[in-house]
Amino acid sequence: MTELSKIRNFSIIAHIDHGKSTLADRLIQHCGSVADRDMKEQLLDSMDIERERGITIKAQTVRLDYRHSDGEIYQLNLMDTPGHVDFAYEVSRSLSACEGSILVVDASQGVEAQTLANVYQALDHEHEIIPVLNKVDLPAADVDNAKQQIEDVIGIDASDAVSVSAKTGLNIGAVLEAVVDRLPPPIGDRSKTLKAMLVDSWYDTYLGVVVLVRVIDGVLKKGQRIKLMSTDTNHLIERVGIFRPAQEMLTELGPGEVGFFTAAIKEVADTRVGDTITDEKKPTTDPLPGFKPAQPVVFCGLFPVDAADFEDLRAAMGRLRLNDASFSFEMETSAALGFGFRCGFLGLLHLEIITERLDREFNLELITTAPSVVYHLYMNDGTKIEMHNPADMPDPSQIDRLEEPWIEATIMVPDDYLGAVLKLCQDRRGRQKQLTYAGSRAMAVYELPLNEVVFDFYDRLKSISRGYASFDYQMIGYEPEDLVKMSILVNAEPVDALSLIVHRDRADGRGRVMCEKLKELIPQHLFKIPIQAAIGGRIIARETISALRKDVIAKCYGGDISRKRKLLDKQKAGKKKMRQFGKVDIPQEAFIAALRMGDD
Amino acid sequence: MAATPEVTGQPETASAAATAVPQNPDAAGFGVYVHWPFCASKCPYCDFNSHVRHGGIDQSAYLKGYLAEIRSLRQAIGPRDVTSIFFGGGTPSLMEPATVAAILDEIANAWQLTTDAEITLEANPSSVEAGRFKGYRQAGINRVSLGVQSLRDDDLRALGRLHSVSEARNAIEIASNTFDRHSFDLIYARPKQSAADWESELTEAIAIGARHLSLYQLTIEEGTPFAELYNKGRLVIPASQQADELFRLTRDITAANGLRAYETSNHAQAGEESRHNLLYWRYGEYAGIGPGAHGRIIVDGQRIATSTERMPEAWLERVSTAGNGTIERETLASPEQADELLMMSLRLSEGLNLDRLAKIGGLRPGEKSIAALTDADLIEHDVATRRLRVTDAGSFVLNEIVLQLSADLQPL
Repeated sequence: MTELSKIRNFSIIAHIDHGKSTLADRLIQHCGSVADRDMKEQLLDSMDIERERGITIKAQTVRLDYRHSDGEIYQLNLMDTPGHVDFAYEVSRSLSACEGSILVVDASQGVEAQTLANVYQALDHEHEIIPVLNKVDLPAADVDNAKQQIEDVIGIDASDAVSVSAKTGLNIGAVLEAVVDRLPPPIGDRSKTLKAMLVDSWYDTYLGVVVLVRVIDGVLKKGQRIKLMSTDTNHLIERVGIFRPAQEMLTELGPGEVGFFTAAIKEVADTRVGDTITDEKKPTTDPLPGFKPAQPVVFCGLFPVDAADFEDLRAAMGRLRLNDASFSFEMETSAALGFGFRCGFLGLLHLEIITERLDREFNLELITTAPSVVYHLYMNDGTKIEMHNPADMPDPSQIDRLEEPWIEATIMVPDDYLGAVLKLCQDRRGRQKQLTYAGSRAMAVYELPLNEVVFDFYDRLKSISRGYASFDYQMIGYEPEDLVKMSILVNAEPVDALSLIVHRDRADGRGRVMCEKLKELIPQHLFKIPIQAAIGGRIIARETISALRKDVIAKCYGGDISRKRKLLDKQKAGKKKMRQFGKVDIPQEAFIAALRMGDD
Repeated sequence: MAATPEVTGQPETASAAATAVPQNPDAAGFGVYVHWPFCASKCPYCDFNSHVRHGGIDQSAYLKGYLAEIRSLRQAIGPRDVTSIFFGGGTPSLMEPATVAAILDEIANAWQLTTDAEITLEANPSSVEAGRFKGYRQAGINRVSLGVQSLRDDDLRALGRLHSVSEARNAIEIASNTFDRHSFDLIYARPKQSAADWESELTEAIAIGARHLSLYQLTIEEGTPFAELYNKGRLVIPASQQADELFRLTRDITAANGLRAYETSNHAQAGEESRHNLLYWRYGEYAGIGPGAHGRIIVDGQRIATSTERMPEAWLERVSTAGNGTIERETLASPEQADELLMMSLRLSEGLNLDRLAKIGGLRPGEKSIAALTDADLIEHDVATRRLRVTDAGSFVLNEIVLQLSADLQPL
């Protein structure tokens, strides 16, 4: 065991691309945890998708042994955390297992919106924060400006920020020195009964459920009988260990230490993040407050392109859910799309990651319907309904009021693009709360309905700011609004997968754009196809796809009909990929593309 | 249910051979296609397998190749009654009549020629070639198909043709005096061609006394000089809507003059239809001989798609070593045959025989698709004769009709 005074637990906070994973790699390398020949990029991001996107999804820890300039060896536990708003919940639980944070800011970019949210979370957890300016080797690096932004925007002292280049390894030692010098050691008591926090858990094919744990008081030992307090289940500890980042088995973890254990726990669902782990015989009288489970805020339908893949899709989603309790799904049927699942996600990135993993790891081709938020319906009979799917909207005459979720969004953007960003927020029913400047960068805080953000807001923001704007949000609650269900009728039949909830004032414009898009997306048929947007029985927009005039070519084919047949095969394959709705074939991509607002 | 393989040594109805055009359209027969791959010059719109050889062509060497390939196919296919032979190209009218005669003799030797077999040769309507017509007649050719393409001198030059309008008219005259039957081709939807231009040109063509016309739309084919010009914007062809009008006009004018469209681009007086063309569209059996020739032959009850080496010299090399120039031999599964029958036979005004589809493919088009297309007045379902026919309106959107029916083929 290590004395508390020789332990430091910290996490790294950074915006995507600011170099968090690279810095973590350098810290690991500097402490000699990984031989150079085993070094690969982004050691802590184990999933391909994490490495490619530069994001961390699951919390990871690594123990480093660092010899400080005072000659002593210190145990440093690095908790890597996700950098994205969708995983704020994971950030929060990782931060609660540490006493301090390194704040990484790209010296050529400055502070970004997501950084801000995570720093505030760290401050909420009473963390000491060490600002680190990364990428100082780049010509565009402006250390003074970055420091100024940290002070102006975040409001913490940046005078002794450490300037590094994680890429070249410049000044990595100074970061480790600062971790020891400036972060407080953990507080705990070895003589007390065991009290530890369940930080995360996942399923490992070889070990079963692995629990990541931070010990607060007492000792967690191999062979010990423990109790998971909130689920009130008892287990025998089989293995205790740490990551370096390779697994290393130990006999115990003492107060202040971070590591893992296995205890023949069957499913990840049997463990609750934030739960208190204590001794079965002598439970602590002072359990941790625990965390609220993360609530999905974005829902969409996932349907297999090939109906025969339905069972495979169910199995694949079950596999993903094993390690991601925040992802939920239940069966759904759509007249247009057949059998599929209504899925809940923590946010849009989470949605994207899950669908990408289903495609990549399970080879499933999917149709994703328009994301929806959770609406609160207060009915005339006094009941309340949580509606995840616009197709489930009851008759409006039975609804007393309809409430939608609002968020507070923080957007940081170079002032050249501010005008376009403000217009976007305005167009999406935003209410400006704050507009401040730090040098040539502006910070706009808006309240926005989540339903206006959930679909393509982030894409639009990126496009109008040429990628320079950053965005973060948090839920602020529900507000009653004049919302209506807009149906889309193709050839006079409503297509459930295309219906959506819109604000009454914006329905006309939205309906017009959708009809125009569908006109482009649906191929000509042998008959003309009216496309209509409707609220109840009232048509608010209409387009018509004219009938196919002529597709035959008076041409000499001779006896070479193989080429003609192969062309027919290709056309049939294309037709198979469309969804037949009534007499109309709708291409799969139309279900999502139709909802994209103008690209102007 | 599994499809019943078609085994044909004989036309399905023996009496068919007795009349000018088989009365039973499903007596598709057996034909031989002979591809002569050489041209005096390459037309800028053409993507057929044709080659120009300035150093001349050793016809006797190629003749040996053709004869060898006929013998080889005879061995593979077995005995047949030949109902039609077609010399296509390229420019078959560059062949010496003796070469044509020798090939016909070998075919007659290998198989049995029916007494009224249609034997067509494609010819350019130049004065030089017209001079050979008599020789072809003596060799056994009884029908010529003339590549007139246009009755406007400027347009002939623009199309890269080597003959003039007066030469063409002369060649048609000679052909009509020499052969039992003749046909000629015209290309429309040409650059700058207006509806009025085409109307008068087509009317002139009919006035010449045409009893069979192949009327093709100019299409821009990849890899041709026209494609290059077109991509650079230096060749402008009528926009699709205008081309659609020309197609409409073509059908109306020919119908009004007794030259009904019996196939998408072929028009004839009753009884003047090209039997060899019908063989293709009725999805009959045909052997392909010569470089780049395609065939659909039936061996041991299996329908096989064949094709030969396209490059003439390589084909000749292959034939001299292997006895034939075949490079592809694909046994067609029942659904593939069903697709081919569907897409070919619906081009014909007589339409698709559902019994034949059942026999070949073990399939039938779904009731819903038939009902939808019938309701839309695009096809007619003739329940008594068990046929599906594309209506006049449907003939404009044939590809979509074929796609829908093919995508909805159901097991019997």
